[in-house]
Amino acid sequence: MSGGFQTNNPVLKWIEYRLPVFSFVDHAVGSQYPTPKNLSYWWNFGSLAGLALVILMATGIVLAMQYTAHVDYAFDSVERIMRDVNYGWLIRYIHMNGGSFFFIVVYIHVLRGMYYGSYKAPRELLWMLGVVILLLMMATAFMGYVLPWGQMSFWGAKVITNLFSAIPLVGEDIVIWLWGGFSVDNPTLNRFYALHYLMPFVLVGAIVFHIWALHQFGSSNPLGIETKGPQDTIPFHPYYTVKDLYGMGVFLIFFAAAVFFMPNAMGEAINYVEANPLVTPAHIVPEWYFLPYYAILRSVTFDIWFLSAKLIGVILMFGSILILFILPWLDRSPVRSSKFRPIHKQLFWVFVADCILLGWVGANPAEPPYLYIGQAGTVYYFAHFLIILPLLSVMERPRPLPNSISESVLKGGGTAMGATAKPMEKA
Amino acid sequence: MAAIGRTLGELKGMTDTARPAHGAEGETRRDFLYLLAGGMGAVGTVAAVWPLVDSMNPAADVLALASTEVDLSPVEDGMSITVTWRGNPVFIRKRTGPEIEEAQAVNLADLPDPETDAARVQKPEWLIMLGVCTHLGCVPKGQKPGDPKGEFGGWFCPCHGSHYDTSGRIRKGPAPTNLEIPPYEFIEDTMIRIG
Repeated sequence: MSGGFQTNNPVLKWIEYRLPVFSFVDHAVGSQYPTPKNLSYWWNFGSLAGLALVILMATGIVLAMQYTAHVDYAFDSVERIMRDVNYGWLIRYIHMNGGSFFFIVVYIHVLRGMYYGSYKAPRELLWMLGVVILLLMMATAFMGYVLPWGQMSFWGAKVITNLFSAIPLVGEDIVIWLWGGFSVDNPTLNRFYALHYLMPFVLVGAIVFHIWALHQFGSSNPLGIETKGPQDTIPFHPYYTVKDLYGMGVFLIFFAAAVFFMPNAMGEAINYVEANPLVTPAHIVPEWYFLPYYAILRSVTFDIWFLSAKLIGVILMFGSILILFILPWLDRSPVRSSKFRPIHKQLFWVFVADCILLGWVGANPAEPPYLYIGQAGTVYYFAHFLIILPLLSVMERPRPLPNSISESVLKGGGTAMGATAKPMEKA
Repeated sequence: MAAIGRTLGELKGMTDTARPAHGAEGETRRDFLYLLAGGMGAVGTVAAVWPLVDSMNPAADVLALASTEVDLSPVEDGMSITVTWRGNPVFIRKRTGPEIEEAQAVNLADLPDPETDAARVQKPEWLIMLGVCTHLGCVPKGQKPGDPKGEFGGWFCPCHGSHYDTSGRIRKGPAPTNLEIPPYEFIEDTMIRIG
């Protein structure tokens, strides 16, 4: 780790003097960004999410050049992309599956943060910006799914926009405003297209703040203790640039497998039937990444006081994401990493299982027994945040923390045997 | 030194209303100006944003398409037809005698959204309503002879399992209200205008 950005190239020097962009990059993702030396592969998923977004934006821009946002032409223009446009099938399948893979890596990224307590002080804003990113992603994905104007596009849009009608007094007016008419129709398609194009750029803005906040205190790490000096860190470049690149290679293998061998596995066949406003498909399901929230929405079948079942369902569905905003204050345990939290470590996996269970319920019809399983899963989902985590904060007895990252990683022994099984691995 | 200090203080006081030299009067006047300027700025911003927001509401051409005429003469007893009005399906059913009796016989106390059958029709045999489930906007089944009609012999929404009776009233399931009745009038004995 030498000083600042060094070069003998006169052109680079000339630019650097006037616009210090090279030292900026060097401090952001270069040799001047000290990073904990013990990051595991679970820390690859942030950069993978960035890669997924780049892939989506690149393919999205060329798709936009072929797509027609009109109810009479949208479906056919997508079929034309699939059949007539050079490599159209490839670009669209990459974009389609790219959305799913974006959610896969982001969900792993979020769960990693939950397991290792990455959201705890002083990284609460970093975490909250991440939740903003997740919400923006969901809005973008939802609107993008409407564009091919298939049956599931149309009815998914209709059901989800109708959620807003649950808002007391102004709900109906809001829905008509969202639609620009009295049903999901051409004005709706047009505005969704405009917003679907806009929102990735808003997303990029949120990511800039996310990374800015990240650089304030640096990455968290599997031990969950802060770096205490140069002995605990290695420069981001070349150590983590090469590790991130390796991760991207592995990611692209899985991604290519999906794009080339099972491009429609994560989609719904009925979306290849053009939208028909007069016929609802027998079984409406959202894309897989929305299934757990859909299960929560449908699990409320009873009114409580003056609140309708519909409104409570909507509140719980949005609440299931919004509750992540206050996670740093629900989990008061001073220990970040679940490595040293024997009970949280197990209940974390119960929570993951609960999310998968809710996803499975969301894919099934809203009738017994799925309904009851979904209700139990919903109760547990909120109990995890509102009861289990606050209680664990005071009741759980964490194991002793190692003195430092370098002691734990390099010398072995001590209190963190698990983390030191392979010394030097990350150094 | 004290004199210079006071002079500077008075000079600063010209821009800094917190100085005691100007007293309470200057403070409130400055605060008033801040509030006034801020308030005008807020009103101006809202006024400037409103056209952008309102542009997303239904446009004049969308509103202009808001009425449809339907000839009912080919519809026979027990038959249902579906027409489109403002982009939504409208269910028109010529109800049979038993269906009408069933709809009229229901005890209002049993209904989640109490409404008499008479309040939902202009002529008892013609039930005309929006085919849009009041839960989340799906089109209920029950228009075609082979469709499931739900536990109350009317319509059944497959999305989230709402059951409607022969008057289109919600009886069971998550939908909060009865199927909506659109504004319509009989312009002839067998001709209606919806909207």
